[in-house]
Amino acid sequence: MADMAVQSDVMEAAGPYDRAKALSAFKLGDLTFYWITRISAISVLLILGGIILSLIAGAWPAMKEYGFAFLWTQRWAPSADPPVLGALGPIYGTLITSVIAMLIAIPVGIGIAIFLTELCPQMLRRPIGIAIELLAGIPSIIYGMWGFFVLGPFLANTFQPFMIRIFEGVPVLGAVFAGPPSYLSLFNAALILAIMVLPFITAISVDVFKTVPPVLKEAAYGMGCTTWEVVRSVVIPYTRVGVIGGIMLALGRALGETMAVTFIIGNSFRISSSIFAPGTTISAAIASEFAESDGLHQSGLILLGLLLFVLTFFVLAGARLMLMRLETKAGK
Amino acid sequence: MTELSVSTTAASHVPQVPLPEAPPKVTVRNLNFYYGEHHALKNINLTLGTNRVTAFIGPSGCGKSTLLRIFNRMYDLYPGQRAVGQLMLDQTNILDPKLDLNLLRARVGMVFQKPTPFPMTIYENIAFGIRLYEKISKSEMDDRVEKALRGGALWNEVKDKLNASGLSLSGGQQQRLCIARTVAVRPEVILFDEPCSALDPISTAKVEELIQELSEDYTIAIVTHNMQQAARVSDKTAFMYLGELIEFDDTNKIFTSPSDRRTQDYITGRFG
Repeated sequence: MADMAVQSDVMEAAGPYDRAKALSAFKLGDLTFYWITRISAISVLLILGGIILSLIAGAWPAMKEYGFAFLWTQRWAPSADPPVLGALGPIYGTLITSVIAMLIAIPVGIGIAIFLTELCPQMLRRPIGIAIELLAGIPSIIYGMWGFFVLGPFLANTFQPFMIRIFEGVPVLGAVFAGPPSYLSLFNAALILAIMVLPFITAISVDVFKTVPPVLKEAAYGMGCTTWEVVRSVVIPYTRVGVIGGIMLALGRALGETMAVTFIIGNSFRISSSIFAPGTTISAAIASEFAESDGLHQSGLILLGLLLFVLTFFVLAGARLMLMRLETKAGK
Repeated sequence: MTELSVSTTAASHVPQVPLPEAPPKVTVRNLNFYYGEHHALKNINLTLGTNRVTAFIGPSGCGKSTLLRIFNRMYDLYPGQRAVGQLMLDQTNILDPKLDLNLLRARVGMVFQKPTPFPMTIYENIAFGIRLYEKISKSEMDDRVEKALRGGALWNEVKDKLNASGLSLSGGQQQRLCIARTVAVRPEVILFDEPCSALDPISTAKVEELIQELSEDYTIAIVTHNMQQAARVSDKTAFMYLGELIEFDDTNKIFTSPSDRRTQDYITGRFG
């Protein structure tokens, strides 16, 4: 008995001591963890800030030389003396290719997602899903080559003459499709972009469509909705935040995609009314000229990069705004 | 036996004299149902009387929800599920593969276990269903929405926030919104699949009262795990066990003097 009493005494004395020690070890672990995560998060801000600062520093000479006129000057003559540089061509090309690409990729991508989640027979689901994922895995230079050797000739020899025949004499549309056939064109680049961003839209839409509770869909079917009505009124509103996120990711990719576009867009700074004419985008212009540039020319290219940065920022901000307005409309 | 007497007092609304036999609205003859190979319903025979409330009770997995989901062909959404037998809604063969499912589901509405408000405003939740079938003016639509929300005993609580999201309501209100939405389409039959299992007692009482009122205009089938609820709201009760219909009779009779041993065991809580 005496022994036991002694033992329990020791244990009582040891108990609180050990516990405090163990707790302090936990605290140290917690603190380390807190700082590691915090530093990781802050480093994002630092890197972002650093990139912006170095872009501004690099672009400064061109900004000083051209000012805001850089934005609406179409002429790009780096070898003139003094060089004349204007970003209107690349900005126009970037916007027009991205817009056309999204106009094609959004309906097709969401359509594929709807088919895969709502209509597709179980047997086909996996093969199509895997094919979409593979599409995302193809390197962009392969798309560029395919656009150059396959899509370009088809567009120039078959598709463009067909569109010209249909829209000949129609006031605005006639001009949109007019012009001599060319393998390298804005439309070719836009189509390639559409194919490249399609997997983003589809994969993300499929994932978010799967989060719709089955009972919610059953409730809509239970009222007599057709599949289309269920998708339009229940599935898409329920998942709109995710779907728009996927679209924005795709748009970001389309705006910045370089290699494939450089290959097939033709690198022409002249703005033409026809979407079958060659053009250029911001990233294509930088990629094709940066290596041989110096001085003001190089500074102008860096300024183009900064513009792309700003453009992407506005696109993301616009998407946020759109989401907020959608939410007020849905009555949240 | 004490539980039995509780049930009977709860069923006080049911007249002691058996209700006159109502004309059949839904007729089920030799109905079998399969989930792939699994034989889930075996030779079900019963009728749902017009403007009567029929309750389906039985332990989990006995097939009562499965049966309910055949009435509006909900199982059609899932490959591998099939029903064999005869199932008539008035003169319409529900199991006819060529049947227009959208029209069937307009005639047979369904309220689910969990509230399922659509991701839109309260007003739109109601108007949505009406728009599927009718083209009416804005003012007519306002009237119909108000009528439906009154029918769902929800109007007074939401009349000032019709443009708020349906998801902003409480669970009980959401469930009544779903009932109002179902009623708005003017179905003939309403199926309730455990409509109160996610609700608190006060909301449950409101929904039960609502089911009582709705039975004046609609034929109602309700699946429930709560035997007091079955006793309180229904005119007829069907007891199911392991995919078979064991007993189908007046609710009064089922809860006071069931003729099958298994029914008695279940309602007195000896299994299930």
